Amino acid sequence: MSTTAIGQPNSVAIVFFILFILITLGITYWAARRTRTTEHFYAAGRTISPGQNGFALAGDYMSAASFLGIAGLVSTTGFDGLIYSTGWLVGWPVVLFLIAEPLRNLGKYTFADVVALRLNQTPVRIAAAVGTLATVILYLIAQMVGAGGLIKLMFGLSYETAIVIVGVAMIAYVLFGGMLATTWVQIVKAALLLAGAFLLALLVLARFHFNPAALFAAAATKYGASVLNPGKLVSNPLDTISLGMALMFGTAGLPHILMRFYTVPDARAARTSVFYATGLIGFFYLLTFVLGFGAMVFVGPDAIKVVDKGGNMAAPLLAEFLGGTPFLGFIAAVAFATILAVVAGLTLSGAAALSHDLWVNAMHRGEADSREELRVARVATVVLGIIAIVLGVTFKGQNVAYMVSLAFAIAASGNFPALLMSIFWRRFTTAGAVASMLFGTLATLLLIYLSPTIQVDILKHTSAWFPLKNPALLTIPLSFAVGIVVSLLGAQAGVDDRAYHRRMHLGELSADR
Amino acid sequence: MPASSSLAPDERLRVLAAQRWRIALTLTAVMIVLYFGFIVLIAYGRSVLAILLAPGLTVGILLGALVIVISWLLTYGYVRWANTRYDVALRELSKTATDAGVIR
Repeated sequence: MSTTAIGQPNSVAIVFFILFILITLGITYWAARRTRTTEHFYAAGRTISPGQNGFALAGDYMSAASFLGIAGLVSTTGFDGLIYSTGWLVGWPVVLFLIAEPLRNLGKYTFADVVALRLNQTPVRIAAAVGTLATVILYLIAQMVGAGGLIKLMFGLSYETAIVIVGVAMIAYVLFGGMLATTWVQIVKAALLLAGAFLLALLVLARFHFNPAALFAAAATKYGASVLNPGKLVSNPLDTISLGMALMFGTAGLPHILMRFYTVPDARAARTSVFYATGLIGFFYLLTFVLGFGAMVFVGPDAIKVVDKGGNMAAPLLAEFLGGTPFLGFIAAVAFATILAVVAGLTLSGAAALSHDLWVNAMHRGEADSREELRVARVATVVLGIIAIVLGVTFKGQNVAYMVSLAFAIAASGNFPALLMSIFWRRFTTAGAVASMLFGTLATLLLIYLSPTIQVDILKHTSAWFPLKNPALLTIPLSFAVGIVVSLLGAQAGVDDRAYHRRMHLGELSADR
Repeated sequence: MPASSSLAPDERLRVLAAQRWRIALTLTAVMIVLYFGFIVLIAYGRSVLAILLAPGLTVGILLGALVIVISWLLTYGYVRWANTRYDVALRELSKTATDAGVIR
């Protein structure tokens, strides 16, 4: 396994890549003719079916970190990579049981709608936008870095050119096609990714009489029994628990995922779509067990690290070993489509925070007309796209899966506690919500800065102020505590509890009709 | 909901909503125990996860796969209950309340 076509332009990859771009731009053109109002731009006119939204949720969720990142981690560290496979799935039942239905019934376009509903609009919207933008931008950087590396390796373009191409394509999808185009890009991508990963896993298993245990046994024979056991990646027990908390509760605070629940007609459709999404995502994460250990056995950890230090090219290298250069090209194009779709979803939710939450509701007290809001949302899309391109170039060479886990830590600490308390707790106040969201976001950012990863690995200091790589263990409980204490200290606002209660369970119709 | 149909619509909604939250919170608790049980074993119980059940199949890998499968089964159970029982009760409640002019 010393020779690989990675690093040279791959004609199959280029053909698939251009095909994907053409198809998705076609979808965008089709969607653009249907995107006239803010309801279309942010929520696809609420016409998406539960099955379609299930695929779109899966498409939004299964990012470069899931496909390239987990396969890389498992192939180089063995069992520990699977912590991500399980952690990234278990957030979905939590979203289903606690969040999806009230969110759909109480809100309109963003999760801030729900938090702000009973409270004072302006401060809550501003705090929610801070949390949303911090999450979205960190997540975007990770995807851009992954895309830049991938295109550079597959198409022979420079890293910077690759970033610009991704940035321009995602701006086009969101700017012209809004949520409708973004949704269909996610659906196409999810189908491609599931098919690609399934095919790759089948090719691996075919060599082991379709017995996964035989594959794992081969890995253990080759690299020692320890690859099937925990210990290589996470040495500090508290770090393991902290990472687990970020992964589980982060999903319920991701702005681009929460936004998807507004694209379906009602709470029932929102609920059913999570069930489909959980099935698709769970199936995919089970495949990562096979892909990771397959890459370990057939390619080998050392050969994988030679190509990319973070192990991110494990799945493409495995594809090349099993199916030759054309299959490598196909898998690389799938990985690229994966990234492109995720950045489009992220950009749209960032644009909604800037336009719907900040510009319209916080700055103009909700009194902007729909056409004006749409124009601001489109300007915000372009601005976010440019920010993503600049940051993608700046953060060249960072670890993709780790950066996404930090975005999850912010979502879990800044957004999730306030959202949950606004649904469940009647005594929750404006001051409590603002304090919880700002504290969660800023404390998480600060502790990430003080963590060993930044202080020791990047800044090369001898020690770090804060011992954990992921701060969620501390910041999630503290964000809840801050929200509760500040709420109890202040006066309770007079709200019509009955109307709120009705709307949470029956939806907007009962309030309007 | 024949037993509670004599109650006012808002009171019936409260009962129904409380039932949904009870089920949702129980399932969430099951989920948290399941996943953090797995995570705590990774952190503190490595020798348990290292037990070999068959060649290549450790307790750790089996539990990891089971966490994914069980999570999905829990969502199936909840969605099935909510789509059949809960929604039907909710629709009936919404209809009678709208007819009576209680919920406009």
